[in-house]
Amino acid sequence: MSVLVYTESENGGFKKTAYEVASYAKGVADMMGTTVTAISFNANDAGELGTYGVNKLHNVANSKLEKFNAAAYASAIAQAAKAEGATVVVISSSADSKYLGSLVSVQLEAGYVSNVTALPSSTEPFTVKRTVFTNKAFSNTAITTNVKLVGLSKNAYGLKENATDCAVQEFTPSLNDADFNVTVQSVDKATDKVTIADAEIVVSAGRGLKGPENWGMVEELADVLGAATACSKPVSDLGWRPHSEHVGQTGKPVASNLYIAIGISGAIQHLAGINSSKVKVVINTDPEAPFFKAADYGVVGDAFEVVPALIEKLKAFKAANA
Amino acid sequence: MKILVCISHVPDTTSKINFTDNNTQFDTNGVQFVINPNDEFGLTRAMWFKEKQGASVDVVTVGGAEVEPTLRKALAIGADTAIRVDTPATDGYQVSKQLTAVIKDGGYDLVIAGRESIDYNGGMVPGMVAAMTGASFVNTCISLDVDGTNATAVREIDGGKETVTASLPLVIGGQKGLVEESDLRIPNMRGIMMARKKPLKVVPATDASTETNSVSFEKPEPKGQVTLVDAGDLDKLIDLLHNEAKAI
Ligand SMILES: Cc1cc2nc3c(=O)[nH]c(=O)nc-3n(C[C@H](O)[C@H](O)[C@H](O)COP(=O)(O)OP(=O)(O)OC[C@H]3O[C@@H](n4cnc5c(N)ncnc54)[C@H](O)[C@@H]3O)c2cc1C
Repeated sequence: MSVLVYTESENGGFKKTAYEVASYAKGVADMMGTTVTAISFNANDAGELGTYGVNKLHNVANSKLEKFNAAAYASAIAQAAKAEGATVVVISSSADSKYLGSLVSVQLEAGYVSNVTALPSSTEPFTVKRTVFTNKAFSNTAITTNVKLVGLSKNAYGLKENATDCAVQEFTPSLNDADFNVTVQSVDKATDKVTIADAEIVVSAGRGLKGPENWGMVEELADVLGAATACSKPVSDLGWRPHSEHVGQTGKPVASNLYIAIGISGAIQHLAGINSSKVKVVINTDPEAPFFKAADYGVVGDAFEVVPALIEKLKAFKAANA
Repeated sequence: MKILVCISHVPDTTSKINFTDNNTQFDTNGVQFVINPNDEFGLTRAMWFKEKQGASVDVVTVGGAEVEPTLRKALAIGADTAIRVDTPATDGYQVSKQLTAVIKDGGYDLVIAGRESIDYNGGMVPGMVAAMTGASFVNTCISLDVDGTNATAVREIDGGKETVTASLPLVIGGQKGLVEESDLRIPNMRGIMMARKKPLKVVPATDASTETNSVSFEKPEPKGQVTLVDAGDLDKLIDLLHNEAKAI
C-alpha cells in the first residue's frame, strides 16, 4: 500500500505542478500512514521530488514516449499503481493529466474525482472536496471503490516541503499496439511564452480595448510581470486574439496567483472560469462593472492611460527590487 | 459513417446555483436547461459531416423525462434520432456505463462528447467511454476531419496545439474550435416541426452501480469588499500587490 503520484516533466525536468501534486500526495500518505511513490516519463533524475516527500520514483525511460501519449502513459501509470499496491493515485489538472485520468480510472476500476481542492476530510470513507458548477460551488464527494483516483486543482494545495531521500528506479511497463493508436504528427507550441496553465500571473483584456491593434500594452505588461496573456470570449470570437487565450466558463480555467483584468466587464461566465485565481485586479472605466464585486483591487480608469502608467511604474519597481 | 453525439443537459451559464434538502440536492427551481456548450460545438461538427460527407447522427442523453426538451432541440438542429437512457445521471462512471451500452448496441464509428459538462465539470465521460469501448480517444479536440476510417484531429494542449491521427472507432472530447461560435445553429421553425416527428427512443438502464457519490454541497465564502486605488496613484497598487497580497 502506498500513494502513487504522476509527476509531469518536460524535457527531462519536473514541472511546478509535479511538486504540488507530490506535496499533496505526501499529505494523503501521512493521513494513511504510508509513503509516496512517483511515476514519470523520461525524467533526467529525481529533481526536487525528495524535498516534497517522495520516497521513490519509477521512471519510465522509453524513447517512444518522448511525446505525451495519453493511452500509453495511462497504461504505465495503472501498471505502476498495481505494482505498488497503491490505493490512492494522485494526478494534476493539466490538460495532459485530465486527458489520461479517465483512462487510468477504467484500467484500475478506481473511482475518479477531478478538480479537488483540499486533502480528504476523511479517509474512511474517502471523501474529498471538489469544485462544481464552474467554481460556483463545492461538492464533498466520497469515492467508494478500493482504489481512489484524485485529480488536484492547480494552486489549490501549494508546495509543502517534507524532505526525504528519493530513490530512482527504472520502470518498464508492458505496452501494446492499442496504446499507440493515436499518433502525434506535429506539435505547435510557443516555447518562449509562459502558458496560462503554468503562469503565476495572468494579464487578461476584454472588449474594452476596442481592437486588436491595442494589445501591445497588454503584452508589454505581461512581459514586465513574466505573465501569460488571456482574453474574454468576445475578443477571441471577433478574432482579435487566438482562441487559445479565451478564458472563462467555456474557455480555459485560470487558477493563477494574480489575475489582472483590463476592460473586462466581469460577466458571470467570465468570472466562473477565473474565480479560483488567488488575487484579482480590475481596471475598468465603469465603476458599476460587475468585476469590481469579484475583485480584490480595482482601478476605475481608462485602460489606455492606466496600463502604460502601470508598466512604467512596474519597471521601476522591478529595477529597484531586482 | 455512424456518429453518436453525447449531450449533457445542463443549467444555463447564467443560472444561480443553490441547493436544497440540507445542501444535498441541486435546486433546479427557476433554472433553465440547455445543451452543454462543449457538446453544441460537437453536434454542429457532426451536422457538417452529415451534410458534406454523408453520415447519420444520433444523439444520446442519460436522464429522466425532464431531459427530453434538450434532446428535441438537438433533433431540431438536425440530428436524426435521439436516445434517452432512462435513469438519473449519478456519476461519470455510471453515465459512461450507460453510454457504452448504447454505443455497443449501435455500432458507432465516431462518438463526439464534450471536453466537460459545465455542471459537474468532471471531464470524465469521454475518456471512460473510450476505455470501456476500446476506441481511440482524443481530448480537448478543436478540429476533426475524417477520411474513410482515418481521422486527423487537433488537440489543444497547455500553451499550444498538437495534430494527431487515429483510426476509427474514435471518441473525442470536443470544445469550441470544432466549429466557430458563428457556425452554431439556432433551431428554425421547420427544424422544430420536423423534430416532433423524429424518433426519440427511451431505452432502459443497464446497471446502476457508481464509484463516487456527492455527499453534500457548499457555496464559497462571500467575498470581501474590493480595495479601490486611484488611477493617479498606481504606486499604491504596486505596494498593495507586493506587501499585502504578496502577488508580485
Ligand atoms: C453560453 C455562454 C458562455 C460564455 N462563456 C464565456 C467565457 O468562457 N468567457 C468569457 O469571457 N465570456 C463568456 N461569455 C460571454 C459573457 O457573457 C460576456 O459577454 C463577455 O465576458 C464580455 O466580454 P468583455 O468583458 O470583454 O466585454 P464587455 O462586456 O463588452 O465589457 C467591456 C468592458 O470594458 C470596459 N471599458 C470600455 N472601455 C474601456 C477603457 N478605455 N478602459 C477600461 N475599460 C474599458 C467597459 O466598461 C466594460 O465593462 C459567455 C456567454 C454565454 C452566453
